Amino acid sequence: MNEIAEGLLRAVGLIITMNPEVMAITARSIMISFTATVIAALIAIPVGAVINFSEFRGKKTVINLIQTLYALPTVIVGLFVFLFISRAGPLGFLRLLFTPTAMIIGQTLLILPIMTGLTVSALSGVDQAIRDTLHSLGATKVQFLANVLKEARFAILAAVAVGFGRAISEVGAAILLGGNIRAASFWSSTRVLTTAISLETSVGNIELSLALGIILLLVALVVNLLVTTIQQR
Amino acid sequence: MPKKLGIAIAALLIAAVFMCGCTGTSATGETPKRTLRIATTTSLYDTGLLDHIRPMFEEKYNAEVLIVSAGTGKALEYGQRGDVDVLMVHDRAREDAFIDGGYGINRRVFAYNYFVIVGPDSDPAGIRGMQPEEAFTTIMEKGEQGVSGVVFVSRGDGSGTHSKEKAIWKSAGFDYAADVRGSGDWYVEAGKGMGETLAMASEKQAYTLSDIGTFLAYRGDLELVPLVDEGAILLNIYSAMQINPAKYPEINSTIARDWINFLISDVVQQEIASYGVTEYGRPLFFPSAGNWGKIGVTQAECEDPIT
Repeated sequence: MNEIAEGLLRAVGLIITMNPEVMAITARSIMISFTATVIAALIAIPVGAVINFSEFRGKKTVINLIQTLYALPTVIVGLFVFLFISRAGPLGFLRLLFTPTAMIIGQTLLILPIMTGLTVSALSGVDQAIRDTLHSLGATKVQFLANVLKEARFAILAAVAVGFGRAISEVGAAILLGGNIRAASFWSSTRVLTTAISLETSVGNIELSLALGIILLLVALVVNLLVTTIQQR
Repeated sequence: MPKKLGIAIAALLIAAVFMCGCTGTSATGETPKRTLRIATTTSLYDTGLLDHIRPMFEEKYNAEVLIVSAGTGKALEYGQRGDVDVLMVHDRAREDAFIDGGYGINRRVFAYNYFVIVGPDSDPAGIRGMQPEEAFTTIMEKGEQGVSGVVFVSRGDGSGTHSKEKAIWKSAGFDYAADVRGSGDWYVEAGKGMGETLAMASEKQAYTLSDIGTFLAYRGDLELVPLVDEGAILLNIYSAMQINPAKYPEINSTIARDWINFLISDVVQQEIASYGVTEYGRPLFFPSAGNWGKIGVTQAECEDPIT
């Protein structure tokens, strides 16, 4: 139990002293996962809207399939991307392996299903009465879409927050695609909070691992506070 | 919605920063740094030795060194697929196969140390001070008889340390797949890295095979002691080799050569000899220079620079 207290103290110490390496790792984590979340949102929200608003055969199956992919193991996503971008793979000439870009691709693919699925749920959760009212008021298709999206915005925002949470907390794809590299320059390094935790645990720095874990949770806390603030406005 | 537009613009800006970062173009007009990619084994990386010598190389050769650490099996896979320029591993048999397959060239031995068999201080199987083969045989016999507390935790992950464990079983006269693996509750496969495997052995008060570097680094958190640390088979030889440019022409072979020659240079050999002394009271590695006879490799493989 001592280790947990020491981890907490260490985390506070690392944050107060603005330890440059920890700050860089944290910043890199946030930027990579934030970028992945933005890209995933730009795809997931329109795709989720299309699935929700259109009627087609096999719609239930598609939704089931998307929900099944919530359980996609991070290492499998990593492996899948790895096979494409490894030098021997079809996109190997791009030399993306072991770069932050590779990690963004992996995390984007990882969180696409859950963000799409939750967008569908968010939109289908909009009260039928509101839909009926919009129709009876003679709303055009565009007005209808805009209003339903507006009604569902908090739930969609929650979907985005869930996506960010999954992206920043995953380690499987990050370690396989990024390689947990510590290099001299910021963008050549691919060490993020989760991969650093994994490394520090395996070399026996238990307190530092816990401290990094606490910092990761603090990042999640700030993101959630932001989301709540927006929702309450 | 202006807010959404703002987010989109921010995303594009971040994406742009990434692109710049990844292509490595420097806006300051300096000569672009050469990049060296290395895949290495966890037991070597986790000691911190490579991050200790990396800045010296980067300064001297105006380079940037990117080190990826993985189990020997995965490191070899990275090498075979041409994702790195240099491999640094510790598994002679698989290195030989890799070289014979045409994937690796110019192997040089740069350091060595010894594996240790560690276990609980109470030593329920009574292996303290035995030869490694004898110790393994005893653990197996006592384990199969069900002597209480006799458990062996294996890495079970295809790492270099796992290969060494198999080699010891073989040398003791056992067929690993038939006689050892799955032969009883006394034999547990962790499927994890060295640190986690040691932690598991400590929790279970079990025996395991470890490289000395990881054991020393982790020792403070473990209730395990070294029980067997002598015997020719425990020798652990670390080599570096280039990925064959004939297989992957885009491989950065000039800087790969510079790195390997740097490792066997006098300066780095001295760094290797003294690394860890202040922290652990003993070195974690021995330099290969001058010791080639002792570890059974040719002088050329330890000391001749690659040309």
